[in-house]
Amino acid sequence: MHAPHFFLSAFIYLGAAVLLVPVAHRLGLGSVLGYLIGGAMIGPFALGWVGGTQGEEAMHFAEFGVVIMLFMIGLELEPARLWRMRGPIFGLGGLQVSLTILAVMGIAMACGLETKPAIAIGMILALSSTAIVIQTLQEKALMRTDGGADSFAVLLFQDISVIPMLAVFPLLASSGSKVVHDGWLHELPHWAQPLVTLGAVVAIVIAGQFIVPRGFTILAKTGLRELLTAAALLLIVGVALLMTQVGLSPALGAFVAGVVLAGSHYRHELESNLEPFKGLLLGLFFLAVGASLDFGVIAGKPLLVASLVTALIALKVVVVFVIATFLKIRGSHRWLLSLALAQGGEFAFALLSMAMQQQILQVETSRLLVAVVALSMAATPLLFILYERVLAPRYTAVSKEQRAPDRIDEHAPVILAGFGRFGNFVGRFMMSQGVKVTVLESDPDHVEMLRKFGFKVFYGDATRLDLLHAAGIEQACMLIIALADQAKVAQLVTEVREKFPKLRILARAHDYDQRFELMSLGLAAEDTVHEQMGSAQELAIRALRALGKPAYATERAARRWKRYDEETVDLLVPIHQDEDAYASIVRERRIALTQLFEKDIAELPDDNDKGWEIGRAEET
Amino acid sequence: MPSVLVLYAHPAPHKSRINRRLAAAAREVEGVTFRDLYELYPGFVINVEEEQKLLKEHDVIVLQHPFYWYSAPSLVKEYLDLVLTYGWAYGEGGTALQGKTLLQSISAGGSEEVYCSQGRNRFTIRQLLAPFDQTAFLCGMRYLAPHIVYSANQLASAASIQPLAQRYARLLTALRDETLPMEEAASAHKINDLIPA
Repeated sequence: MHAPHFFLSAFIYLGAAVLLVPVAHRLGLGSVLGYLIGGAMIGPFALGWVGGTQGEEAMHFAEFGVVIMLFMIGLELEPARLWRMRGPIFGLGGLQVSLTILAVMGIAMACGLETKPAIAIGMILALSSTAIVIQTLQEKALMRTDGGADSFAVLLFQDISVIPMLAVFPLLASSGSKVVHDGWLHELPHWAQPLVTLGAVVAIVIAGQFIVPRGFTILAKTGLRELLTAAALLLIVGVALLMTQVGLSPALGAFVAGVVLAGSHYRHELESNLEPFKGLLLGLFFLAVGASLDFGVIAGKPLLVASLVTALIALKVVVVFVIATFLKIRGSHRWLLSLALAQGGEFAFALLSMAMQQQILQVETSRLLVAVVALSMAATPLLFILYERVLAPRYTAVSKEQRAPDRIDEHAPVILAGFGRFGNFVGRFMMSQGVKVTVLESDPDHVEMLRKFGFKVFYGDATRLDLLHAAGIEQACMLIIALADQAKVAQLVTEVREKFPKLRILARAHDYDQRFELMSLGLAAEDTVHEQMGSAQELAIRALRALGKPAYATERAARRWKRYDEETVDLLVPIHQDEDAYASIVRERRIALTQLFEKDIAELPDDNDKGWEIGRAEET
Repeated sequence: MPSVLVLYAHPAPHKSRINRRLAAAAREVEGVTFRDLYELYPGFVINVEEEQKLLKEHDVIVLQHPFYWYSAPSLVKEYLDLVLTYGWAYGEGGTALQGKTLLQSISAGGSEEVYCSQGRNRFTIRQLLAPFDQTAFLCGMRYLAPHIVYSANQLASAASIQPLAQRYARLLTALRDETLPMEEAASAHKINDLIPA
């Protein structure tokens, strides 16, 4: 690839994205449709700015975006959670794939095709587009609803079922064609092939469990962020390479790697580092799908194409809808599930070109199907709009209060920034009270040690907003800041308050001055403490008791003193920059404080003082 | 020989006239376990297991406290609420305190005259202590007439209080040695008159 040529292509792709995605977004069509339209416009069959083979190259390259996406989905799914999903994955997914294959096959045979090509078409069309569906679900925040989670389960099963499909395809080839195998795997004896495949998966699990986290720790210590990003990409590329070698889908391998690393404390760091790559590559992928739309085929038989697209979508909707009804999935979730999975998938393109090479399907049929699949993908955002604007409101309008809650997600309601000598007391105590806390700590050594003690701590600098995103700040209701660096605390408070004005922020301050600063940034007085207060008072109480002061009276005096100090802070906040006013209030309050305790500390009461404390009951 | 547990509760011992001297006397009696609840639990977090163990180990339980608002200071209530649990002190299987004796030692600001149906306080102290009496009953304990120091506010000098403290110590000794007429002690208005000279 010549450099100037590369720049030109990059310019066209990026330009199409930057121009059209905002427009689509503005019109409420979602980013996916924007990319698809952009791709169709610059593609070889419209403006022709990006050529045929080059477009395919871009597509192959961009499929890596899907791999990263599956890796990141894996990161969100801990093995235990995945295990809980086994019902929907195999039940719902298995039924969807098998019934769709049968239905498509039946129709194809009724239209006069032979059994073998009919099976091939059935398998090709049974798949849905993981990329489009998940991207759209995430964009519309539907991923954690029941319908969204079930859609994901089906997509996962489809990704698994690609493996047997690839194995079956050569058997469907008409006897005359020669089956061409590539790769060293096929040179092995038949019994060894599954073993090698299994071995590769086990290798990923072991590496993810034991080797990768250590590697990340070493890299994190260098303090070079881009090294961690590079390592994350290296990891996924490596997994993808390994998977293609042993005949598995790279996306599936990446998903497994993600699941293995879901428990790692580098999870949020990985997520935030990979997010931009995933976004860009997925965008490129959608552009490439758009560019593959062959307007020639469509223009040649517009009616046939249109009816095939409609039929495909209708059939897939009906199949899933029936399965969902059978499995007692009700309400808007049934609609979301049915409509979300109604398109053909990106893997259909690979299977179609394979079917063409092995002469399972005629070239003409293959071209037609490519157009149908691409158009059905382009229609998906429209189906989502149908769901959002027409179908979902029906259910929410009827039972607004009964709207099913989002599925319990793995993000904790509380994010704790900093788990050092202060934060670890905050976190440990809150956890002991059954509150889930996502802990972020930026010292890799410290994280490693805490892990050994069994704490779930994530490595990362909490002042980076992208990391907070990965930690689930959108879903959190509270951020607790226990960072030592005062400048960072102020910066974090400012940024988070701007982006998430409703999020409650609690922060530790070093001293009165920092407390004033935090309060002037908008934190409530009761949401800030200065760190000496608790421990200094505790030590003073012990000292007083060692001097023979009564324990309970001292304890009460400490609490009253604390309350008094809070009142003083309230008085000082508005004037803390005025040195003279500050000094005069502090003086006044000191005198008042002495008077407050004067009566209580008198050892022998005078005759008028009959209660044991002002305002308390006296001996009746 | 029965063992005696004194649970002393005064939130401001440095302001106490009567109770701290009575407490000091009680500490000196041999065979008496003395617990200062406000010193032990200034934050009100009572160690239930330990308190239950101590209650079980003793035969006579004495609650010594000032008579705040016709009752005990709040930590005593907290103590009863938390330590006398269902299935331990009462209810099914709750037999830990059965057969033990409960005595209250009270200091009151008012004189004996104001604690009667014609007086300012309308009830006798024994009547006002009915919740404690019933608590003991439910736990299968014998509730004795209270030990009362009236007119606590008028007793200003150490000289006038010291004899009272000595009498209190003799009461605890008599409980320890079982030399008290228990039938009378349970039915009297106050236990003070039954203390051996």
